[in-house]
Amino acid sequence: MVRLSKPTLIIPPSTQTFIMTDSLAIARDSILAPAGLAESDLDRLLGSLTSASIDAADIYFQYSRLQSWVLEDGILKDGSFSIEQGAGLRAVSGEKTGFAYSDELQFPALAQAAEAARAIARSGQDARVQVGKAPIEHRLYEPLNPIESLADQDKVALLQRVDAEARRQDPRVREVVASLVAVQDTVMVLADDGTLAADVRPLVRLSVSVIAEDKGRREQGASGGGARADLGYFLLEDRALSFAREAVRLALTNLEAVDAPAGSMTVVLGAGWPGVLLHEAVGHGLEGDFNRKGSSVFAGRIGERVAAKGVTVVDDGTLPGRRGSLNMDDEGTPTQNTTLIEDGILRGYMQDKLNARLTGCASTGNGRRESYAHLPMPRMTNTYMLAGNRDPEEIIASVDKGLYAVNFGGGQVDITSGKFVFSASEAYVIEKGKLGRPVKGATLIGNGPDVLTRVSMIGNDLKLDEGVGTCGKEGQSVPVGVGQPTLKIDSLTVGGTSK
Amino acid sequence: MPTATIEDTGERLARLQETIDDLLKEAKRQGASAAEASVGSSSGLDVTVRLGEVETVEHTRDNGLGVTVYFGHRKGTASTSDLSPAAVRDAVQAACAIAQHTQEDRCAHLAAPELLATEIPDLDLCHPWAIEVEEAIALAVACEDAARGYDPRIVNSEGASLSTGFGIHVAGNSNGFMGGYPTTRHSLNCAVIGQEGEVMQRDYWWTTARAASDLEPGRAVGERAAERTVSRLGARRLSTCEAPVLFRAEVAAGLLRSLVSAINGTSIYRRSSFLLDQVGEPIFPDFVRIYEEPHLLRGLASAPYDGDGVVTRPKDLVTAGVLQTYLLDTYSGCRLGLQTTGNAGGVRNLRIQMGAKDRQAMLRELGTGLFVTELMGHGVNAVTGDYSRGAAGFWVENGEIQYPVEEITIAGNLKEMFAGLQAVGNDCDFPGSTRTGSWLIDRMTIAGE
Repeated sequence: MVRLSKPTLIIPPSTQTFIMTDSLAIARDSILAPAGLAESDLDRLLGSLTSASIDAADIYFQYSRLQSWVLEDGILKDGSFSIEQGAGLRAVSGEKTGFAYSDELQFPALAQAAEAARAIARSGQDARVQVGKAPIEHRLYEPLNPIESLADQDKVALLQRVDAEARRQDPRVREVVASLVAVQDTVMVLADDGTLAADVRPLVRLSVSVIAEDKGRREQGASGGGARADLGYFLLEDRALSFAREAVRLALTNLEAVDAPAGSMTVVLGAGWPGVLLHEAVGHGLEGDFNRKGSSVFAGRIGERVAAKGVTVVDDGTLPGRRGSLNMDDEGTPTQNTTLIEDGILRGYMQDKLNARLTGCASTGNGRRESYAHLPMPRMTNTYMLAGNRDPEEIIASVDKGLYAVNFGGGQVDITSGKFVFSASEAYVIEKGKLGRPVKGATLIGNGPDVLTRVSMIGNDLKLDEGVGTCGKEGQSVPVGVGQPTLKIDSLTVGGTSK
Repeated sequence: MPTATIEDTGERLARLQETIDDLLKEAKRQGASAAEASVGSSSGLDVTVRLGEVETVEHTRDNGLGVTVYFGHRKGTASTSDLSPAAVRDAVQAACAIAQHTQEDRCAHLAAPELLATEIPDLDLCHPWAIEVEEAIALAVACEDAARGYDPRIVNSEGASLSTGFGIHVAGNSNGFMGGYPTTRHSLNCAVIGQEGEVMQRDYWWTTARAASDLEPGRAVGERAAERTVSRLGARRLSTCEAPVLFRAEVAAGLLRSLVSAINGTSIYRRSSFLLDQVGEPIFPDFVRIYEEPHLLRGLASAPYDGDGVVTRPKDLVTAGVLQTYLLDTYSGCRLGLQTTGNAGGVRNLRIQMGAKDRQAMLRELGTGLFVTELMGHGVNAVTGDYSRGAAGFWVENGEIQYPVEEITIAGNLKEMFAGLQAVGNDCDFPGSTRTGSWLIDRMTIAGE
């Protein structure tokens, strides 16, 4: 079982200082140098973005490289490489934000963008700003380039092994699609509060999806995983092949599935990825922007009970190597471990700089953006519930009639009404404390502020997901993680077809 | 920045065509046997206001190029946001490097020359809006004001946004295709929050069009957002039951999109569709006609050629309930031993033949059942057609709306839902490229308390 504490990368403490300067050096070399931007240009740009009536200003540089490979029908049929670079310039005055971006990094283009962004504020003299130095405190992954971490022919060979592994599991496996994606994202943030910080972020992902066919019935199974690491991650512990086996297992399980039940019932959620429950039911509703605006059902409820005793939920961007982790957020703030709900009591929101300033608190390192072409906002990192003390088998045995849901597709939430859904892709009926037949996928729906008050048992088996989550908010996608122990929820609506 | 004159447009078009030429030449120089490329350049303005004040003013400006090279039947793709000559060279080189490792795939090739578009009809897609930031703010504020003033129960707002964008996209390939044209798109949307007792509800409305003059007035957009929000207040749950379901037009459009993804060539050759081997078979009742109109003037999804450069054509997808065709691009067509249908990149301006009944008549036809106005989540299994989604809407008895409902699911199977379609209303009232009225489905499982 994957445990939280398991580091995927271990850096000896003595080398940290060297590597810390390294991210900034890499950012300078890959972003500033090719565009001919000097330190003095940055001071001028930030100065021209800032005036007396501007409360905050920042510039976000990004240089991102992505390589992906797709294998289908046993043939490595597609590969692509992309480079995205640019800078986003933001000027904030009160609650107003002016924003412009440019994919040209030469000084004149950036100066023009700065002019457009600062038009939000009344005109005034350029402020004098000198960018400072803010050390990043975390070393959660190395500033490596995962695209170069494995020779291209070895990436191809890896996908072919995944394909072969899936096909040899069972003759009913008909189609296999496997893909491998490696990204290196180099970002650099300068702000008028003295921030000058860079982060070189590796991200890798492997996905497998299979179709199994039996007696005219076809079912799909999908699996995968990822991390902020190099591609060697997939070679460790047989990981890539285990994804192939898991995808086949799911497809074969679904071939046996009967109609899912419909109605309110006791639901036991498995450990790990089912933590998408937390992401939807409470996570989004605790983002600082929605709470500042009063549009979240959780607004103004700090200190109130929103979950059963024993329920503690955190958003933790500081887990080594995890998909949702960041050394710093996209505003240069180091990520942290923020307690959202403690023993059932609502404790805090997730903040970026803007919402923190407007509500008189500190950023929690949750200011994230999809790219330089998007504005940052409060976003989750890795959101999970801490372990309880129940044995997962004991939890299932306690249910007379209900549903055990272990795998999920995505979810969605209306943060104003609190209603959220998440769709099970692997589930079993529980009858008299025993697992019965697998049932077809079904959507589960609940109400964020009270679903966690109905948690009656918490397992001792906290697990994080395999590193596949992508969260969408206002059109922006960012990688995130979720996790939880096995949980028993006394009543949740299950959207099946069988009564 | 969002404004563009016609002269500018001609010049930019010519410059992007040069970039395509450069990409294709560079690919040949680096040894590719064939290549295709596309470049785009767009700019725009987005303003958001909230509670009468400006929240964000964003100036957008995006460039991008993509190139695919073929070495016989092996291919590689690269893209970048940088349009400089050096980036062109690097992108082609990166694509060629990828093609060193991809494997022979007999279907990896360009579309046949005789299928490619040679003339590019003007579909009237470009109407730049020379709007200043202050004016955009004023329009958004007026829209939001209309929503906030609509009803005292509207207590808060997520704001109103106005956005305008202008873009030029050019594509070409080494089989002689070269096409490009400018487009514009403008939109205005508003979302407000209503409260009754302790309970809040949110809803929104929007308008979008190629020409600013075709946008719905801001006041109407705001009032509609408020009306929708207020109508949700006091929502209850339902007991688990089976009942007929009427899908409001905008959510019925989602059912049409499920059909489109099920008959997409990639889903078919991957055998991951619940509509395999169904061409020529009835999948809907015989009153149903579903078609696409890619050449609609000012159409939001109009395009003279598809993503492979192949001429797009109007056609029926379903005639008298019978599935007529899959939606194929060059690759999936080859995989299925069929010719492309000019649908690389999807379907364009999808429509269903609407019936004679308006909303009230459709509610009467529903009788007693669920009127679904919102769906949540991803619970559609494309392989099996199994359908299970979160829903909100209204409970209807004897054709009359009784009360709003929420926190329920509806479930069924798309194949059975399509076959069980009873009627399509004429109440198409939402913006966008897909046109449909509401759909009445005979029976679904509703899960609630």
